[in-house]
Amino acid sequence: MEQTIIDSERLTQARALVASLEAGDDTEATRIIMAFPENVEKDLFQEVGRLTRELHEAIIGFAMDDRVLQAVQHEMPDAAERLAYVIEMTENAANTTLKAVEESMPVAEELLNDSNKLAAEWDRFRGRKMELSDFRALSDEIGGFLTLASGHSKVLNKNLSEVLLAQGYQDLTGQIIRRVITLIHEVEEKLVRLVAISGATKVQAIKKEEVEMEGPAVPNVEQGDMLNNQDDVDDLLSSLGF
Amino acid sequence: MDKNMKILVVDDFSTMRRIIKNLLRDLGFTNTHEADDGLTALPMLQTGNFDFLVSDWNMPGMTGIDLLKAVRADPNLASLPVLMVTAETKREQIIQAAEAGVNGYVIKPFTAGTLEEKISKIFDRVAG
Repeated sequence: MEQTIIDSERLTQARALVASLEAGDDTEATRIIMAFPENVEKDLFQEVGRLTRELHEAIIGFAMDDRVLQAVQHEMPDAAERLAYVIEMTENAANTTLKAVEESMPVAEELLNDSNKLAAEWDRFRGRKMELSDFRALSDEIGGFLTLASGHSKVLNKNLSEVLLAQGYQDLTGQIIRRVITLIHEVEEKLVRLVAISGATKVQAIKKEEVEMEGPAVPNVEQGDMLNNQDDVDDLLSSLGF
Repeated sequence: MDKNMKILVVDDFSTMRRIIKNLLRDLGFTNTHEADDGLTALPMLQTGNFDFLVSDWNMPGMTGIDLLKAVRADPNLASLPVLMVTAETKREQIIQAAEAGVNGYVIKPFTAGTLEEKISKIFDRVAG
């Protein structure tokens, strides 16, 4: 019954609109058109208006939040700077360590070669298969080796100390990275609240066309189908006919 | 396996290049050369008569996978043995590298033993 009333009302309005248009009465036509959606869509417009206002206020509030302002203006650029410094420190530590190792390896090798050579001659002496003149030469060689061993041990000791000290980067970079993590958490919290207000509950997954690089596997981070170790990689490759 | 073979090590991090070069030297390979990404590596490969390529994946300029594809597409380089040494451990990526014609795949961090094993495997196959 009600439906019929509304329909007849609309029909009347429509007729009036056609009539006014035919008569060239623009003002009347506009008035009728404006009256049309009033009942039907008023609620929707009001709701959209309310949501827009809320979102607007949230954004203003977000922007005015001192913490956010400080984070964006100072701490974010600082964080980038800090992380760049982390790369620099880890690189320096790696280079210091590598230099010490590269210096030490030939030193250790010389100790090994010389002691092997002496051991062979020493065996000959112990087996009483050595002439006196050879023994004199061996005695000189042993004296020379002891001096060399003492000097080389000092070099190895110095280099190992350098390697030890270079590990200090872990503490320093750890502290810096921890500060950056705290900042990211804080900004994340604010952003999550903003997203919650805006009602965007579903973030559409971006479809990736190509295989994207994932970088090193990180525990507790969703990175797709990552293999855990070299054995898994070998298994996969052998399943592919490698 | 020819210990004098000419090897190109490609990685954007100089420390990693240095580590790989040291390990290779320990294994008896001393004829090693370096490049910091695919763009610098490719011309070196084209003119340098290299016998073996060891490459990272994630590098600015030209990535390791693109370098591998470029090598396989070049008739003069197509049969060059290539070992990937990379932190990329995503299944799809390893399959992609296999399809592009990689000869071995070592994931970082790795040990001297793994590197040696993969290199011997590659050259056993090349020789066989």
